[in-house]
Amino acid sequence: MKMLINVPETVVADALRGMAAAHPELTVDVENRVVVRRDAPVAGKVALVSGGGSGHEPLHGGFVGPGMLSAACPGEVFTSPVPDQMVRAAAAVDSGAGVLFVVKNYTGDVLNFDMAAELAEDEGIQVAKVLVNDDVAVTDSLYTAGRRGTGATLFVEKIAGAAAEEGRPLEQVEAIARQVNENSRSFGVALSACTTPAKGSPTFDLPAGELELGIGIHGEPGRERRPMMTSGEIAEVAVDAILADLAPRDPVLVLVNGMGATPLLELYGFNAEVQRVLGERGVPVARVLVGNYVTSLDMAGASVTLCRIDEELLRLWDAPVRTPGLRWGV
Amino acid sequence: MLDADFFRRWMTVTAASVDREAQRLTALDSPIGDADHGSNLQRGFAAVRAALEKEPPATPGAVLTQSGRLLVSTVGGASGPLYGTLLRRTGKALGDATEVDERQLAEALRAGVDAVMQLGGAAAGDKTMIDALLPAVDALGDSFAAARTAAEEGAVATTPLRARKGRASYLGERSIGHQDPGATSAALLIAGLADAASDAGAGDE
Repeated sequence: MKMLINVPETVVADALRGMAAAHPELTVDVENRVVVRRDAPVAGKVALVSGGGSGHEPLHGGFVGPGMLSAACPGEVFTSPVPDQMVRAAAAVDSGAGVLFVVKNYTGDVLNFDMAAELAEDEGIQVAKVLVNDDVAVTDSLYTAGRRGTGATLFVEKIAGAAAEEGRPLEQVEAIARQVNENSRSFGVALSACTTPAKGSPTFDLPAGELELGIGIHGEPGRERRPMMTSGEIAEVAVDAILADLAPRDPVLVLVNGMGATPLLELYGFNAEVQRVLGERGVPVARVLVGNYVTSLDMAGASVTLCRIDEELLRLWDAPVRTPGLRWGV
Repeated sequence: MLDADFFRRWMTVTAASVDREAQRLTALDSPIGDADHGSNLQRGFAAVRAALEKEPPATPGAVLTQSGRLLVSTVGGASGPLYGTLLRRTGKALGDATEVDERQLAEALRAGVDAVMQLGGAAAGDKTMIDALLPAVDALGDSFAAARTAAEEGAVATTPLRARKGRASYLGERSIGHQDPGATSAALLIAGLADAASDAGAGDE
């Protein structure tokens, strides 16, 4: 597999150096692997810190900036960052108003952020945590690690980030983040496996003419394999899997997210089908975002995330945001 | 009696075997995980080996707590906190003694495994590192060699299980038929212990 890299060991550091060169509005600590908005800490403002494995770009470093994250900690490819990074990030952005950790529900992320929260509190930083677990492809039970955190991470980071920007106190920002997560559900499909630099070959074998339904964002196979379907058929499977779990009551935010290797031509076409299915199911749509936001390296495929919103959440969604990966209203 | 040098040897022998087996661990992690278990542990144990070479701690407990802390700081993922906790809590249980006997080590390792079970919420049969560690701790009362065999058998026995913890659990039924990479690396750690106890192992560095 050909990749535009030097050696697998320096992939993350090389990307951070390039990110720093492209985004002078961010402070990128390549050695310690922390991306911080340059004006942090912002006096009186709750700080949002997230992080996770690299390979999901623009998540999370690309969502650092006014109106969204205060800092992000990129781990190794598909590996959660370590507590030292998170504590360093929290210390860099805390203005005294506290820090909200946005954590995707993967065992590694949860364990490392838990350890980091304890260490940060030892340093006198007030920390709250919100766990994102929106993936309907896996069932949540006492006997599993629970639902994965995937596309809804973007909704949580954007909306809670806007609330923090308004100067809301930590418990309110946390409550809003939780509300967004509880009202969000995702479903993903893969048309190809992805290739991690460390392994150098696809993480699973997906024959031509087949697709994986119910994938996460780490190259793990999904819950079911089927013969290839049309965009319209895939949209029906994805939307119906979500609606089976999330009764359509209010209007929804829609994220049609590419996994990294699917071009916008296909994503827009897929979005047309998603919109058709939502219309047929009587689900009103408030806003739609289409693009590669929560990716899985070079995986081909897409995920759909819906978030039921009220007027207040919609207002926060529409609030200005200025980050490398998401930018409007400014 | 086992002194700090024995524990340092345990860590360096394990670092060498993780280095050797990294590709295999990553290959095992590929069908049911995210294909990075080998490279992550390799990075962590390389840091442990470098630190122990630079300034070896004076007591068995300190060797393990320092190694555990380093793994938490360098590995990431679930393996970092889980292996870090295993070594840190085992080291803490050994206290400040400059030498410990095999019974004390077995008890301390049991405390470490208990802490890992509590942190990760995994029990026997969940297709995790616990499936290698628990039988190893039980067999440690007999001999290091028995612990090694028990851990290796425990790792192999994860193959028909359905994963209930960690990333493999997202595959449900499809996790069946694959040996768990975490149980496999845990067996390497226990094998390192057996190697450190034998002259052959000491020469294996």
